[in-house]
Amino acid sequence: MREKFEVSVSPHFRSKDNIPRIMWLVILALIPSGVMGVYYFGLHSFWVIIISIASAVLAEAMVGGIRRKGITVFDGSAALTGLLLAYNLPPNVPFWIPVTGSFFAVAIVKQAFGGLGRNIFNPALAARAFLLISWPKYMTEFSMPFGGPDAVTSATPLYYLKELKMGVSEMGLSYIDLFLGRHGGCIGEVAIAALLAGAIILLALRIISIHIPFSYISVFALLSWIFSDKGLVKGDVLLSLMSGGVILGVFFMATDYVTSPLTRKDQLLFGAGCGLLTFVIRRWGGYPEGVSFSILIMNAFVPLIDRVTLNRLYGGKK
Amino acid sequence: MKALVKEFTKGIFRENPIFVIVLGLCPTLAVSTSLDNAVGMGVAATFVLVFSNLIIAAIRKIVPDKIRIPCFIVVIASFVTVVELLMAAYAPSLAKRLGIFVPLIVVNCIIMGRAEAFASKNKILPSVLDGLGMGLGFTLALCIIAFIREMLGSGKFYGREIFSWYEPINLLVLAPGALLTLGMLIAIANAVKSRRVR
Repeated sequence: MREKFEVSVSPHFRSKDNIPRIMWLVILALIPSGVMGVYYFGLHSFWVIIISIASAVLAEAMVGGIRRKGITVFDGSAALTGLLLAYNLPPNVPFWIPVTGSFFAVAIVKQAFGGLGRNIFNPALAARAFLLISWPKYMTEFSMPFGGPDAVTSATPLYYLKELKMGVSEMGLSYIDLFLGRHGGCIGEVAIAALLAGAIILLALRIISIHIPFSYISVFALLSWIFSDKGLVKGDVLLSLMSGGVILGVFFMATDYVTSPLTRKDQLLFGAGCGLLTFVIRRWGGYPEGVSFSILIMNAFVPLIDRVTLNRLYGGKK
Repeated sequence: MKALVKEFTKGIFRENPIFVIVLGLCPTLAVSTSLDNAVGMGVAATFVLVFSNLIIAAIRKIVPDKIRIPCFIVVIASFVTVVELLMAAYAPSLAKRLGIFVPLIVVNCIIMGRAEAFASKNKILPSVLDGLGMGLGFTLALCIIAFIREMLGSGKFYGREIFSWYEPINLLVLAPGALLTLGMLIAIANAVKSRRVR
């Protein structure tokens, strides 16, 4: 059974009932993080998640109808896109943000490029970038955990790290807080513990392979350790890894089958590129967070990476 | 007569320089952030197109084949200079907003393309009509893109705010918005065309 779900170099074993199983398992693995997010940030974030999923599914049904491709709603890919998008949103965004984002993700980033399997960019991440550039005012306002209905705004650890060059204790946090997600951030990215639990399930079930996360995390951690604000080899690796969307991005978005390379070697390269770009954007870029942009940029490089490490035909010329 | 009408109308729909031939994208993407800019750019390019086609068609027999491109560029550049100076004198704010893209009309693919592909092989009247049609097609396409980008990207129509409650999609007035809008419109144009063929 195992080999069947591995994505390897072509030729592929064709079996249609794999897509829903994979999608629903990923959704399942993401649920703990969402539960934690709702617990920290309140009911509003719950509705953001629900609305995001509902509008992604609706958009999938509508575009599927227009393109006469049949009903693809039940394969779970649209629901997963909606869920991932919601996890990348600040908890107190107005409800039209997830609606617009989901429609953009499904209708433009995914379906306009030919639907599932043909999209170049990760739909949820592209939608997040779209929302961030279009409405920065809503996308950069984060509320404190347990802020209540008034949603007290707070800066994220990333902001403290980048703009004020603070350490963990100066932020009034501990590593435990970071690990459990008791700080400002996007709905689904704060609860590192829950995300890691989900990631371990996916790795154990061989839904995702370790290659992309491994090279992504090691390159990113190494660079943020060596080239920190405080001087060479003085970076706070744990803080860098546990703040912002690194864990969510690494395990759940960089590993997206459609938009990442197929072979192991390519995946290592892809992950390393993501790690490098994340570090560069975080360190010198205009935004405090670089995970989504770096994965999107590497998405664009996937066809090139596929070509560079093309397997040589046996007996063929080099 | 019918042939002349055809030379004129082909640039507007059937061979629209932007949606069908996909030429002249640099100014299209850059200045289509507002309808105001689009009209200014379209008129300027149409003017240059009509007059450069006129002159090039008139001199087509005395221009040596080997150096025809430099000759065309000299003609085009003269008219661009005329437009540039006129614009700076009578519409300084427009000239400022269009900036480098006015002098860049010299190397606009549509104008070079029409000079090379049409005016250098045809008589004066068809060349002028071809230039006018292409220029109008360019202006029309530019206006459609600019209308969408300005409406959705800054909530305005011709510089006037229309919905006060609307939260503009910032992305559309930036470069990716231009590419997205253009891509969508070309997709629609192709869909319409393929449906008509069927």
